[in-house]
Amino acid sequence: MASDIPRANLKPLSLYVPEPKFRPGDAVDFTEVAIPAAGSVRRPDIADPADSFIDLAYELVRVLDHENQAVGSWNPRLSPDTLRALLRSMALVRAFDERMFRAQRQGKTSFYMKCTGEEAVAVSAAFALDYEDMCFPSYRQQGLLIARGWSMVDMMNQIYSNRGDRLQGKQLPIMYSVKEAGFFSISGNLATQYPQAVGWAMASAAKGDTRIAATWCGEGSTAEGDFHSACTFASVYRAPVIFNVVNNQWAISSFSGFAGAESTTFAARAVGYGIAGLRVDGNDALAVYAATAWAAERARTNQGPTLIEHFTYRAEGHSTSDDPGQYRSEGEPTAWPLGDPIKRLKDHLIAIGEWDEERHAAQDKQLAEDVKAAQKEAEKNGILGHGLHQPLDSLFDGVFEEMPWHLREQQAQMIAEETASGRPWARKS
Amino acid sequence: MNMIQAINSAMEVVMARDPNVIVMGEDVGYFGGVFRATAGLQEKFGKTRVFDTPITECGIIGVAVGMGAYGLRPVPEIQFADYIYPALDQLVSEAARLRYRSDGEFTAPITVRSPFGGGIFGGQTHSQSPEGIFTHVSGIKTVIPSTPYDAKGLLIAAIEDNDPTLFFEPKRIYNGPFDGHWDRPSQNWSKHPAGEVPTGYYKIELGKANIVRAGDALTILAYGTMVHVCMAVVTDAGVDAEIIDLRTLVPLDIETIEASVKKTGRCMIVHEATRTGGFGAELSALVQERCFYHLEAPIERVTGFDTPYPHSLEWAYFPGPVRIGEALKKVMRD
Ligand SMILES: Cc1ncc(C[n+]2csc(CCOP(=O)(O)OP(=O)(O)O)c2C)c(N)n1
Repeated sequence: MASDIPRANLKPLSLYVPEPKFRPGDAVDFTEVAIPAAGSVRRPDIADPADSFIDLAYELVRVLDHENQAVGSWNPRLSPDTLRALLRSMALVRAFDERMFRAQRQGKTSFYMKCTGEEAVAVSAAFALDYEDMCFPSYRQQGLLIARGWSMVDMMNQIYSNRGDRLQGKQLPIMYSVKEAGFFSISGNLATQYPQAVGWAMASAAKGDTRIAATWCGEGSTAEGDFHSACTFASVYRAPVIFNVVNNQWAISSFSGFAGAESTTFAARAVGYGIAGLRVDGNDALAVYAATAWAAERARTNQGPTLIEHFTYRAEGHSTSDDPGQYRSEGEPTAWPLGDPIKRLKDHLIAIGEWDEERHAAQDKQLAEDVKAAQKEAEKNGILGHGLHQPLDSLFDGVFEEMPWHLREQQAQMIAEETASGRPWARKS
Repeated sequence: MNMIQAINSAMEVVMARDPNVIVMGEDVGYFGGVFRATAGLQEKFGKTRVFDTPITECGIIGVAVGMGAYGLRPVPEIQFADYIYPALDQLVSEAARLRYRSDGEFTAPITVRSPFGGGIFGGQTHSQSPEGIFTHVSGIKTVIPSTPYDAKGLLIAAIEDNDPTLFFEPKRIYNGPFDGHWDRPSQNWSKHPAGEVPTGYYKIELGKANIVRAGDALTILAYGTMVHVCMAVVTDAGVDAEIIDLRTLVPLDIETIEASVKKTGRCMIVHEATRTGGFGAELSALVQERCFYHLEAPIERVTGFDTPYPHSLEWAYFPGPVRIGEALKKVMRD
């Protein structure tokens, strides 16, 4: 029975509840965040056993230094053209986010989630993976689709749940599914994609395929059982899979300490499973690229899975439903010591004489216009709330491959009700 | 063949025909499963098609969903249905909805096999009947065989089906049919007509019930072990009952049920699972909605009690001839 009376001679225990360093109104000081110099972390051979570089799970792989130069053994030595393409994709993601965030505020859709400050995580990964590799993303990796050149109009159709929505208005906005672009259907249930990615990777290996799988979740989601089941499976069968943990410091209003960040790193989760673990500067597009390429090569050569922690920061709210001003200091995003991934890559390109501010400003302008044009195009197919965009009967499609009697009956009942109501609606042709 | 052998044979036949069928689960590989349902499969089809897994049901089903999305047809085993709960989210939120949420871009053609039900002194953790939890979920099919012949034909159909399917195996009758008394052991399937199972390929369509005994006085709806118990009760009582083995709960064969109740005018529903919110409640509502003016007596439900599954008192819990017999008298009274 619980008791308020301490037992003789024993000091009462006390419960520790973690608390973030800064709350609204607090001045932010990130000097305690350990940031090793760019180029200082060694790069193991891809064939090295995972237990020979456990230290990397506690380090921070960085390529771009303070002088905006790419340095060290992790430097992927990308061509200026590739660097510019990377930058362009990241800037496009940001422009897309801006526009769609505003569209939600204008009442054109119910919900949106930005990935501001985390663009490098998805975009660089997309550049380092093969187009045929299957991605099992969480909800903040829209950069995968953008970097893979997928149609923004198609993405927006999904956000608007309109006539052109490939998912027929059946999913929340931003929960894309694009098999053609190697983008697995996003689930709102956190971390469920983790074991699924392992299963896909195991299937690929069992079939003698050459494709690998990659998956993403937030640091908060690493507490889910699925995450640990996936690590066990991946380790046991040496599945060709890349686990990405996007440590953006916040899980809605809960800081990373509630997922265990005060005790260890998220990359160190790999150690207990005997999986290769890497901790990288998630705001360094080149570090993310290098780590992903390294992990992909390991996977492709049957060296097994890699877990990459992307140390980054969620610069904006969790979603359109969130007000981060309620729980964190407003100084945090600007004080974040790893800077902004787009600015850092831009500065690098300028430093090596392959880019300039004028071209960048012109590109931003062009990208904003491209997004605007795509939005116009998508809105021709309708926006959420303006009438019914899908044939009403389609509500029952896809529960099963073939519709059983009970769904047919319910469908007929719904159609009879709608007919009687006099509401206008479209039927499947 | 007994039911275990029939289930084994089903997997063997499908695996030989389709290289995309794979079998996975705790102890299913080298050892062949704690009930021996997968015995010999690894030897025949190799370790990449039949393998042991870590003890994480959430992982087993999550991995199977990913394999299904890749294009395989995984047949994961959950060692006992009581352990399906750690995998609930992967089944309910993922497997069951993948087709719908991706508008057919990705599907989860998985068949989850799991021994279920009581009557073997399995206690709280080896006896439960969780089918009602899954029949409540849209997008997943539930199949329960009552004979070796059905088990094989239904399992082949389930594996070849493109939707996620739960295949619950009534472990009380793995070895033979049984009439519901702890002191009346099951008779071996080898002496039973339903134990005759062709070695080759055949399917039993999902969604089709089986009238195991035709009659005019009363319709009894049952599945799994309860089909045999009802058979024994009806024989003892000398009632001209029509016994329908549902075989699949989703999709349900409503036509057969409706036609039978309209003919007999009486209906009794029997299952082992707990009563409140159980599948019997759904059956009862359906019969009431469709056959109300044909009914001559209230619909009677015989089920397990709304308690956790007891160990030593399981024979008071398990619906047997006494309880079913009393219900039978009640529904036949008016
Ligand atoms: C299983 C489950 N539990 C809770 C939620 C509600 N939820 C949505 S996002 C979120 C925070 C996730 O944080 P994190 O994993 O760190 O990812 P981030 O949003 O920071 O990218 C929560 C709790 C959910 N979607 N699924």
